[in-house]
Amino acid sequence: MTNTIACVEKADVILITGSNTTENHPVISAGVKRAVSSGRTRLIVVDPRRIKIKEFADHYLRPNLGTDVAWINGMMHVIIAEDLHDKAFVAERTEGFEELKAMVAKYTPEYVEEISGIPAQQLVEAARLYAQAGVGSILYCMGITQHTCGTDNVKSLANLSMLCGNLGMPGGGVNPLRGQNNVQGACDMGGLPNVFTAYQPVNNEDASRKMGAAWGLDGLSTSIGMKATEMIPAAHDGRLKALYVIGENPLVSDPDLNHAEDCLGHLELMVVQDLFMTETARMADVVLPSRCFAEKDGTFSNTERRVQRVRRAVEAPGEAWDDWKILTELSDRLGYPMDYADSEAIFEEIRQVTPSYAGITYQRIDREGLHWPCLNEEHPGTPVLHSAQFTRGKGLFHAIEWQPPAEVTDQDYPLYLTTGRILYHYHTGTMTMRSKDLMERAPESFVEISPQDAATYGVADGDRISIASRRGQIDAQVKVSRKAVTGTVFIPFHYAQGAANKLTNAALDPVSGIPEYKVCAVKLMPGS
Amino acid sequence: MADQNLLVMNGNEFTFEPGETILDVARRNSIDIPTLCHLKGTTPTGACRVCVVEVEGARTLLPACATPAGKNMVIQTESPKVVEARRTIIKLLLASGNHNCAARGSDEQDWTAFQLGVAEDDRSDQLCPVWGDCQLQDLAYRYQVTGEGLPGTVVNYPLEDVNPFIVRDFSRCILCGRCVQACNEVQVNKAISFGFRGSETKIIAAGDKPLKDSDCVFCGECVQVCPVGALVEKNVRYAVRPWETERVRTTCTYCGVGCQIHLHVRDNRVVKVTGVEDVAPNYGSLCVKGRFGYNFVGAPDRLTRPLVKKEGEFQEVEWNEALDFIAGKLTAIKEAHGPDSIGVLTSARISNEENYVAQKFARAVLKTNNVDHCARL
Repeated sequence: MTNTIACVEKADVILITGSNTTENHPVISAGVKRAVSSGRTRLIVVDPRRIKIKEFADHYLRPNLGTDVAWINGMMHVIIAEDLHDKAFVAERTEGFEELKAMVAKYTPEYVEEISGIPAQQLVEAARLYAQAGVGSILYCMGITQHTCGTDNVKSLANLSMLCGNLGMPGGGVNPLRGQNNVQGACDMGGLPNVFTAYQPVNNEDASRKMGAAWGLDGLSTSIGMKATEMIPAAHDGRLKALYVIGENPLVSDPDLNHAEDCLGHLELMVVQDLFMTETARMADVVLPSRCFAEKDGTFSNTERRVQRVRRAVEAPGEAWDDWKILTELSDRLGYPMDYADSEAIFEEIRQVTPSYAGITYQRIDREGLHWPCLNEEHPGTPVLHSAQFTRGKGLFHAIEWQPPAEVTDQDYPLYLTTGRILYHYHTGTMTMRSKDLMERAPESFVEISPQDAATYGVADGDRISIASRRGQIDAQVKVSRKAVTGTVFIPFHYAQGAANKLTNAALDPVSGIPEYKVCAVKLMPGS
Repeated sequence: MADQNLLVMNGNEFTFEPGETILDVARRNSIDIPTLCHLKGTTPTGACRVCVVEVEGARTLLPACATPAGKNMVIQTESPKVVEARRTIIKLLLASGNHNCAARGSDEQDWTAFQLGVAEDDRSDQLCPVWGDCQLQDLAYRYQVTGEGLPGTVVNYPLEDVNPFIVRDFSRCILCGRCVQACNEVQVNKAISFGFRGSETKIIAAGDKPLKDSDCVFCGECVQVCPVGALVEKNVRYAVRPWETERVRTTCTYCGVGCQIHLHVRDNRVVKVTGVEDVAPNYGSLCVKGRFGYNFVGAPDRLTRPLVKKEGEFQEVEWNEALDFIAGKLTAIKEAHGPDSIGVLTSARISNEENYVAQKFARAVLKTNNVDHCARL
């Protein structure tokens, strides 16, 4: 997030898109609902499902799947045409406005309606509200990013925010709500194929030399590595021979699971470090027991870039080890000893090589976490990014055209499928499905369909039904719901039985490598 | 000085900001005014009146939670009049419903008969499930009050436990309304409200249905704010006593909000989770997963020994054997196919320190940049 969680309640208008906030980030949704209920803040929700948070919205827009760039361009068209943009901010803080203006000229509300299905007048009203309110905050989640055009979607939202001068101040910002406890930290720490810690590029010679010096090595590889979504197919074609998996379960979470399983079967060595015998661990050659969050010391970085302490509360079962200890023991055997007394010793090394974490110490975050960048021990941390200037200096508008999703419906597969999470489960359910209480509320996979689609296919709530895409077929229980819009069904991806990802499309965004989980074409087969 | 916002409390001068209540000023200055219904951040209701104080010139005692601080106010927070009023309020609360701790007392029937009656009410022969963790009991001790001398009222609403998470015991509800405030003004789930009237008053969900059939999403905010034993976590009720547990502050392991939580630990097991109040980012609030989804920690099917697959079957081995095996295989694969034939999937679940070591392992040890995690999935 460019801004903080608390900032959300300071916004004059909030635009939520591609985030089922009440189910996936309930505590942040409470802030949104408080702000709206108090009358201080207006709310626009743009989402293909009629999700709960929509009930709090002044404007709810329902776009067809995969049409986000179109409606965002449409809003910018209206804002520029009606002269509602923040001309001072555009002039002082940005570049590329003329190109953007020329590009959005054709995205009239009527043209956007043809693509997105959003009635032209609704788009105009939402655009006016976003532009005319004082400070606007954009909250988004995987509904924006998990598309073949995910990077374009994010850039388009950044365009919209910059156009209205909403960056760099409390209450504003472009705020991705991150779905996992430490996904921010995993990125910050260089758990990515192209960067070291703090996003220092591996193919930058200075960065490579600096890291090599810190680690007492010459000649670190400067070629960018494979993304997770590239490793799986690389296993199939023999470029990847060994895969070391820590606390992940790709055989439920990856797209097109039948193919992913086939790919992993080609590996010469697969090692899995986990709490449980997951679907992925079963395929491994070696499975190593690791400790869970309640059994370890360390830090997590949350969605607002706040680095917070994790503390050991209970002893780990049996011979489960800290994940870092397993890796350093292995490292010793591979001829590169790593010797750390404890997690704090590792954190001290992180501070040395990570400018944005340099000022953070365990002592400073004992009571309350700090937001990075925090450059030295006197630095207060940075709750709001980009307040004086952007990382590159001026904010660059990207003039981006809408592209359709990789797979669209046709006669054979006439319905759209979109996937996501539900309130009672987390990711592949490895943790939540061990709670019988959570399971009582959400015991099995389901397909959420609209009452009209239920009537068309002659199915009722609770029926079992088969759903197929070009890649696979699953059975799930029918859940007839007014959340669903006719023509689009939803399946949660948590469940290994009735796994939504047997259906999803592994087409990737060319820049980020994210799969298009949010759009594919399916058919329903009642009574089969 | 005359222009300053000053008031006098218990003989000392304090400044205040416009908009602050008497309670705000007192708390800021560590003056302890007891409260039951007050819930920080929500509209004061003044419902319980335990926080009454004496203000010079006022005709009646005033609730500190709902009375704005005023210039030159002279306030007594623990005067004999205040104490007498609090004792009456607490006595009435103890006499209403089923408060079968020692503080309740009984002069209508002998203790055995009283306890037997209670056992029928709440399906248990034990004392109140929150004995020792109850703000009403604390106040009864502090002001040395029992419910004796007043006829006890009978609560006809049965206990509700038809959901996996929360037990609602209406016999112990003092109708302070904190749960209603928490649900409507803090979490804004709007699942519960006051229902019925007068002596029939009850906290209801969706036209007096069980929570499971209402808009309740089981965030448990109501349980955390309940000052008595009316709302208790189902797994905690009669299973966990506060003085047997140790609290450890940490960060929740589910979504990216990073809620600050207390793990309540007994005998090396997590037995309860609560939100840490007064600290960002969640200020005490949690969701159903964070509050109730901790069973996996001590689950019986946790992996406890390294496993190596031999002829298609996993076999338990010593750490040394497993690590030597992996190191040997990685070395051979690296020699035969180069470092870029190996990939590491680190994790969005593990700590910063562990992610750092994982990418260092890939880059410095294996010599490849093939390291990624599930950020995209």
